[in-house]
Amino acid sequence: MVTEQTTRGPIDRISGALHHRPRLRLALLLGLPLLWLVGVYGGSLLALLSQSFFSIDDFSGTIDRTLTLDTWGDLFTDSNISIAIRTTVMATAVTIAAAIVAFPIAYYAVRFAGRRLRAVFFVLILIPLWSSYLVRVYSWKLILAREGILFWFVDKLGLNFLLDAALSAPGIGGPSLSASALGQFIVFVYIWLPYMILPVHAALERVPTSYLEASADLGARPLQTFRTVIWPLAIPGIAAGSIFTFSLTLGDYIIPTIIGDSTPFVGLAIYSYQGVAGNLPLAAAFTFFPIVIMGVYLYVARRVGAFEAL
Amino acid sequence: MTTSAVTLADVTKRFGDVVAVDGVSLDIAHGEFFSLLGPSGSGKTTCLRMIAGFEAPTEGRVLLHGEDVTGLAPYQRNVNTVFQDYALFPHMTVHENVGYGLKVRGVSKTDRSPRIDEALDLVHLGGFGDRKPGQLSGGQRQRVALARALINRPRVILLDEPLGALDLKLRHAMQIELKSIQRDVGITFVYVTHDQEEALNMSDRLAVFNLGRIEQIGPPQSVYEAPRNEFVAGFVGVSNVVHAGLAEALTGRAAPFTVRPEKISLYVADAPPADVSTCDVSGTVVDVIYLGMFTRYAVEVAHDTTLEVVRQNVEAPSQDRGLFGATVNLQWDRDACRYLSEGSAENNQGGTQ
Repeated sequence: MVTEQTTRGPIDRISGALHHRPRLRLALLLGLPLLWLVGVYGGSLLALLSQSFFSIDDFSGTIDRTLTLDTWGDLFTDSNISIAIRTTVMATAVTIAAAIVAFPIAYYAVRFAGRRLRAVFFVLILIPLWSSYLVRVYSWKLILAREGILFWFVDKLGLNFLLDAALSAPGIGGPSLSASALGQFIVFVYIWLPYMILPVHAALERVPTSYLEASADLGARPLQTFRTVIWPLAIPGIAAGSIFTFSLTLGDYIIPTIIGDSTPFVGLAIYSYQGVAGNLPLAAAFTFFPIVIMGVYLYVARRVGAFEAL
Repeated sequence: MTTSAVTLADVTKRFGDVVAVDGVSLDIAHGEFFSLLGPSGSGKTTCLRMIAGFEAPTEGRVLLHGEDVTGLAPYQRNVNTVFQDYALFPHMTVHENVGYGLKVRGVSKTDRSPRIDEALDLVHLGGFGDRKPGQLSGGQRQRVALARALINRPRVILLDEPLGALDLKLRHAMQIELKSIQRDVGITFVYVTHDQEEALNMSDRLAVFNLGRIEQIGPPQSVYEAPRNEFVAGFVGVSNVVHAGLAEALTGRAAPFTVRPEKISLYVADAPPADVSTCDVSGTVVDVIYLGMFTRYAVEVAHDTTLEVVRQNVEAPSQDRGLFGATVNLQWDRDACRYLSEGSAENNQGGTQ
């Protein structure tokens, strides 16, 4: 009688060999993503930043590759700093508005919507993300134009004096919504809203009903329960969502191009220095603003526990 | 007549088509440790939630100390709940959790602090105030939940399977402790459990729930010794139901009865002489389960009837395994037979204190 011999194929042998080599498995798992993150992503960022230590020859428009801090001197002009401030204010306002709009929607979906309604609700939130962002911004330009549906509707309601009052406000107004900072704000909030709803929803979903019952049981009125239990537990989700809304607004250059009065934003400034003006060193130096602002923002977000909810 | 601490008056709760609680009435006295015992889905937790105010009854009324609270919100009722999952707020320290009820009622921080320490001492958690719930063991969380309820000095505390998540040893320790705390503070405890042993050893009285109705209310001894029907007999303790046919042969009366396993004596040799005060039957041992203190035998006495017999292991039981398959004689006192009424909730004996 022949003894049965198990024959092992090459794959079998490799998996056996890997089983006892955890470091090798880790290297195989993380090798490619690390190469991408460190090499491609980090490397290109460094290459970009290093450009900021070159300068541009004003006369010929060519890049002078001798190391200099001249470009950095050009960066901190009043107009550039006001661009950075303006962008940060917009990103902050968009983030706050997105949180205010997203919270009740997410809360409703978690606490009240049934299973089917919740599915419908998710589809409604996610469907816009399937269509081109550019298309959606252009349609908003039409909606917000003087001849657009919004003006028509406000006019029908007889409320156009309110809209006109808002549009005549300095800093946020303009000839029409589509050419005002107010219009930019509306479109920013619309475009980034899903990125706020989803993490807030995730955070609220982790608050069991029994917490709310316990709070009521211990004598807290609904508003007290909201302030002391729901809100603190939702904060990590809001902070997580705000990382998206804030950073996406900070870097965006499409919406300020299409909507608004063409006052530059950080993203737009980088884009035009790099593309139109061909001033790569100044564009590179300009990226300093969003990097620093995001660095500060992420530090604060981490302190309030945003990353635990991601 | 003094008013009861808790009264459910003909309470029914429907969720859509499902009747969770079906016309339940009960009175719980002041300072009583009262258990709602039943399998899952029997309506006991829904009853507790209606007392707390988390659910509103579809029909009927809920009274606390004679006051109709049926329409009041949980925060308007002077009861506190210990939740099955404890429901401790994870973003607050133990100190803040325990002080929460006082805080939302506007008690100042300086007045709260000594009371919080006192409540934590009561549950042996002094010095744990600065921890977060996530840093505590299950048993410790359980105590925090209890302290959080006790500190408000409610007139009634509701406990929803509070020991369900603990391991056996801790559960036994907490049973004793809960009972002694309840005696010390003198607050009415309404305790939901599916563990009959827990209900028997802690309660002053208990109500056995089944299918949304109460099958029997009474002190543990009367529920255990005199179950009113087959469900109670089977749920509280081990049921040895003898159906009418065999019952007639044994007792001369064609009524089903139950007899508790510990009342039955098992004889390998002949049993002592039978007389009018005993029931005698022989059967085959079909199962032997060694339980340390006891050995449990299943004895088939008729083709459709197997009786369980518990025998204390007075002598070393090594040879007892050998009883498997053996024919043995069973004998018990006729007084140990409890005749069962087939009906259920209608004629409860309202247990007396």
